[in-house]
Amino acid sequence: MKALLALLAFLLLAPAAFAVEPSERLADPALEARARALSEELRCLVCQNETIDESGAPLAHDLRVLLRERIAAGDTDAQAIKYLTDRYGDFVLLKPPVEPATYLLWFGPIIVLLLAGGGALIYLRRRKAAAPVAPLSAAEEQRIERLLKDEG
Amino acid sequence: MIIELGHFALILALCLALLQATLPLYGASRHHAGLMAVGQSAAVAQFLLIAASFAVLVNAYVTSDFSLATVVENSQSTKPLLYKITGVWGNHEGSMVLWVLILSLFGAAVALFGGNLPPGLRARVLAVQGMIGIGFLTFILFTSNPFLRAHPAPLDGNGMNPVLQDPGLAFHPPFLYLGYVGFSVAFSFAVAALIEGRVDAAWARWVRPWSLAAWCALTIGIAMGSWWAYYTLGWGGWWFWDPVENASFMPWLVGTALIHSAIVVEKRDALKSWTILLAIITFSLSLVGTFLVRSGVLTSVHAFAVDPTRGTYILILLVLAIGGSLTLYAVRAPALQAGGLFAPISREGALVLNNVLLTTAAATVFLGTLYPLFLDTIGGPKLSVGFPFFNRTFVPLMVPALLAVAVGPLLAWKRGDLKGALQRLWFAFAAALLVALVGLYLAGFKPILALLGLALAAWVAGGVLVEWAERVKLFRAGAAETWRRARNLPRASYAMSIAHFGLAVSVAGIAASAFEVEQIQMLHPGDTLPIAGYVLKFDGTERIQGPNFTADRATIEVRRNGTTVEELHPQRRFFPLQQMTTSVTAIRSNLLADLYVALGDPDDSGGSTVRAYWKPLTPWIWIGAVIMAFGGVLSLSDRRWRVGVASRRRVPAAHPAPGE
Amino acid sequence: MRRLLFVLPVALFVAVAVYFLLALNPNRDPQLLPSAMIDKPAPAFQLAGLDGGQGIALTALKGQVVVVNFFASWCEPCRDEHPLLMGLEKQIGVPVYGIAYKDKQPDTDRFLKQLGDPYKAIGVDESGRTAIDFGVYGVPETYVIDKQGRIRKRFVGPLSERQITGELLPLVQQLQHS
Repeated sequence: MKALLALLAFLLLAPAAFAVEPSERLADPALEARARALSEELRCLVCQNETIDESGAPLAHDLRVLLRERIAAGDTDAQAIKYLTDRYGDFVLLKPPVEPATYLLWFGPIIVLLLAGGGALIYLRRRKAAAPVAPLSAAEEQRIERLLKDEG
Repeated sequence: MIIELGHFALILALCLALLQATLPLYGASRHHAGLMAVGQSAAVAQFLLIAASFAVLVNAYVTSDFSLATVVENSQSTKPLLYKITGVWGNHEGSMVLWVLILSLFGAAVALFGGNLPPGLRARVLAVQGMIGIGFLTFILFTSNPFLRAHPAPLDGNGMNPVLQDPGLAFHPPFLYLGYVGFSVAFSFAVAALIEGRVDAAWARWVRPWSLAAWCALTIGIAMGSWWAYYTLGWGGWWFWDPVENASFMPWLVGTALIHSAIVVEKRDALKSWTILLAIITFSLSLVGTFLVRSGVLTSVHAFAVDPTRGTYILILLVLAIGGSLTLYAVRAPALQAGGLFAPISREGALVLNNVLLTTAAATVFLGTLYPLFLDTIGGPKLSVGFPFFNRTFVPLMVPALLAVAVGPLLAWKRGDLKGALQRLWFAFAAALLVALVGLYLAGFKPILALLGLALAAWVAGGVLVEWAERVKLFRAGAAETWRRARNLPRASYAMSIAHFGLAVSVAGIAASAFEVEQIQMLHPGDTLPIAGYVLKFDGTERIQGPNFTADRATIEVRRNGTTVEELHPQRRFFPLQQMTTSVTAIRSNLLADLYVALGDPDDSGGSTVRAYWKPLTPWIWIGAVIMAFGGVLSLSDRRWRVGVASRRRVPAAHPAPGE
Repeated sequence: MRRLLFVLPVALFVAVAVYFLLALNPNRDPQLLPSAMIDKPAPAFQLAGLDGGQGIALTALKGQVVVVNFFASWCEPCRDEHPLLMGLEKQIGVPVYGIAYKDKQPDTDRFLKQLGDPYKAIGVDESGRTAIDFGVYGVPETYVIDKQGRIRKRFVGPLSERQITGELLPLVQQLQHS
């Protein structure tokens, strides 16, 4: 365990994040733009919470180069991504796939919104329909008139 | 010797916390003034003791006392003085002492400034603060003691992570903790109210300032953290949906709902049990954040050293504090008397909508942050949840919330006129439309979401102006009358306008990040790089020596129309002790846009990769946060919040009968 | 019904707390990434050897159980596990191959001269591309490949004696007899 931490600590001592190097960029701006867009959705596996676009780690550099090779070779976005998930699993995606294991994640917010919103609506309706205030006595009515006149 | 005194002070503080947690509670149920008063003296004494203990710890770092284990692990003698001091809270043990210091500070503040609180309520609030104190002081003394000695004391320490040696670190954690921990007061008030079985407008009048103060501090703390990441990390990112960032953002979202909900309790005596729940949840999220950062269950750039024993301890604390308070809520809240009535379309209704959206947003962040963990514990696949998820779920929730920010203040209490309000908002709509059209003309349809964000910001800002114009009868009652009204508007009203305006500014800054321009090139001395109307001329790098690092310092001339307007000096620093490289970016900001330059890897022929970014409106992200916090502080300074005034006005009114 | 609503917050919290408790399980490692290549065919590769030596190709490995160890001279934990690798082939009875990951050949040479060469053959993966094909995300990593050329297990980080005797040896024996 300690050794594993040492391994990871070693890997994480990458130089402070320097993103895409000029030498990595593809010549074709359209392809390069696709590569950048995809890299922003891919996780750097040896960093903590960085995309391969941002990270300076050697593995991030390798993956950026690999991604560009696949795109330049004619892969579609989905195929290039699949190349990476075949090897590293869905963990490398920063946007989790929509599958039964993640239904709760993707649909959770809307469910919460509907429940909270629905609850609020019921609450508001019930408040409106709550028992009316008891009618005022004559003495109380007079008091109110006097007070209103004073405020004037 | 002094170290042992510091240690002893913490132990004494724990004893006082034990007294503070029990005697006043008993005294309140028996109406025993003497026992209730124990709470106040205990709270103040506890603060003094913890402050003394903290001072001892700071002194140990400043004098580089390497007989103390934490100083060895986190400091070195060549560190500059400022970072020796801020290093006290750059690690787990020291930051926990800062945590309880602020907790006891708030407790002492309630004791000293809560003179006009009913004694029973005050006693119970201080008792709950004491209970929280017990939890964390025992945590420190048994699992994270900063006063443990190192045998034998080494000659020098291991130093601090170079990334943390930055002025931003000096202020980010203390503000964050003032916020996080400050919400403990709202929590204590909520639990005290549940114990008493009563929530009235007076309660809200006392809870709101404390929640507002904590909210202001948390706003500044989060903004500072974000700004610090921005200028430190070298590529201009300022928010990563990192678990620890989210852990501070969730209390902020729910805290915002809390300060708005408390308005309804105070003004209309409604939404009581909901506000109590929000107060409990806000601090509970702070506690959950503490758990996530220090237990090792999540990986994060911010996480302190991993230790499952500490994790178990904090989990027990969580179960007792959150489980206890929520159980109390389940039992006592149904009996709270319902308050004022109002129509669904009204100011109260708008605030309910605001609460629904903010809590759903917090739940979304919670779900996204913890889902990978939940899946992993039940043996599911290992997943990542990052930016793409939050962009698709969090951002859409903010759109109706921002729309409502302009409309809500225009609706009357109890029953509002939505159509009228929308009609009066024609100006805000026109502003939004103008911004959208100008944006479309300049940038086309591609950045449509960013344009929507800018339009929303204009809508909110326009709404603020419309609301103010309504209040002062601008263009309708003559200049003198308008001026008179403007001068006499309560401070809290200006505070609201300013805070909402600050929100619009931040939203504009966030939306505009889609329009940033990036240039990354390998440059050799003499090369130029054009960007956004500037021309950057790279003059090469020189080697410089710092107190505990060596650095390559580049000189880059920023030219506009042929003349040099500024020289920028980005650096790459190397810290030999930790074998780490950090980047110091150079930013030229005119508060409307940032010209952001960072130094990358050098090549073998004297050149360096230079990254230049032009980021329009990005400073507004943090300026907006400062404006929001200023609005909050302004609201606090409103004389109506002085509890003296409250007691004079409220005591004669009949308190609703205690809930059965 | 209304009462039930008030119980909802504490009920939700209990669920969350249970998950947190499970998450604290010391056997769980939040940093560990399970391999996506388990039970999939090992990627085809052909690597040159050190100093023009023999090298390794996947095709040559088919038909037998093999262990492949990714290492590098610049990797500190690799030094830690190296003594255990020295006797590994004898201990488990199958060939152990090494792949030098993103390493300069003189450095690898020096590393092996200093600490010994436990490998049947060494492949040089200077670009790191073969490692990526395996799904390697750091060194050292050790893979067990069965007779049909499928990856059956991955060890991340330096091997421990306990892992060798408790996991690697039984698995290799099981695969040998299948």
